[in-house]
Amino acid sequence: MFNIKQLNAIDNILKKNLISSGIDHVIFMDMGGNAIAKLDNGTAKFDSTAFAALAAGNFAAVDAMAKLVGESEFSLLFHKGEKSSIHFNKVNDDMLLISMFNKDISLGLVRLKVAATIKELNEIL
Amino acid sequence: MALINVKTKEIQIKIVYYGPGRGGKTTNLEYINHNYRDRIKTEMVSLKTHDDRTLFFDFLPFDVGKIKGFEVTIQLYTVPGQAKYNATRRLVLRGVDGIVFVADVQKEQRKKNIESLNQLYENLKTYDLNIFKIPLVMQYNKIDLKELDIPILSSKIMQKDLNSQLRVPAFEASALTGGNVIPTLKKVITMTLASIQDQFF
Repeated sequence: MFNIKQLNAIDNILKKNLISSGIDHVIFMDMGGNAIAKLDNGTAKFDSTAFAALAAGNFAAVDAMAKLVGESEFSLLFHKGEKSSIHFNKVNDDMLLISMFNKDISLGLVRLKVAATIKELNEIL
Repeated sequence: MALINVKTKEIQIKIVYYGPGRGGKTTNLEYINHNYRDRIKTEMVSLKTHDDRTLFFDFLPFDVGKIKGFEVTIQLYTVPGQAKYNATRRLVLRGVDGIVFVADVQKEQRKKNIESLNQLYENLKTYDLNIFKIPLVMQYNKIDLKELDIPILSSKIMQKDLNSQLRVPAFEASALTGGNVIPTLKKVITMTLASIQDQFF
């Protein structure tokens, strides 16, 4: 369970590193499918509760697939869409960070920003 | 484990409907979805095969009001019942707070009920959860088949097979017609909320 200080710090890190860089929507969640922090730039309109449940299932399935082929994990996933794309990255064994972004921002920049975010998140978790 | 967010004042609770294939887990959720639309903000999510069998899970979140100032959301999940999908069943159990075991009362399903319950015990163990401690409710489903002269097991036999050691609350039910679907749900919610209050408050 996160305390209020941690939750505020998580929001600040996500806002500073990801939303300010042009990422549309960010969900910081546990592997059980529960969203802990959800931030967006005001444009995203979708059912984030169902999304988090599906994302957890998706990540868990891919994680189990990794083990079947002898990998300890596939720590990041990327789904490319026509207008928007989704980037999944493991934060630690229990937490997951999902970033949704549009065509105006490159995957390289997202990966760079997500890596920095995960480093900062792990310092406060 | 339930997620408690002290900033947004929210509690998210995960309840999983578990049991053998074609036992009526998804039908339970469909009935709840249909009859509690006013409390459900979103559409039910179902990951199904082409022949309508659950492939991964069904998902249905709904609000149950406040506890100690926290808004409580119950997230209902089903698991795929088919034997070959145990890896996915185990994944869905991650973070579970309460379980409804949906058993099929048809005589020919007797062995499958027992096997499924044994597997639930093993799967919970992988998350360090004890089937004797987690909030659990038994549902003996398809009781309506009796009227169609299909051989079914009596509740006495179901209790002996599945609940002689666990001794948890059990309901005879008919998920298709809605019989005892809501009492089962209410019972598991009450037990799960009590368990969470004991753990966190």
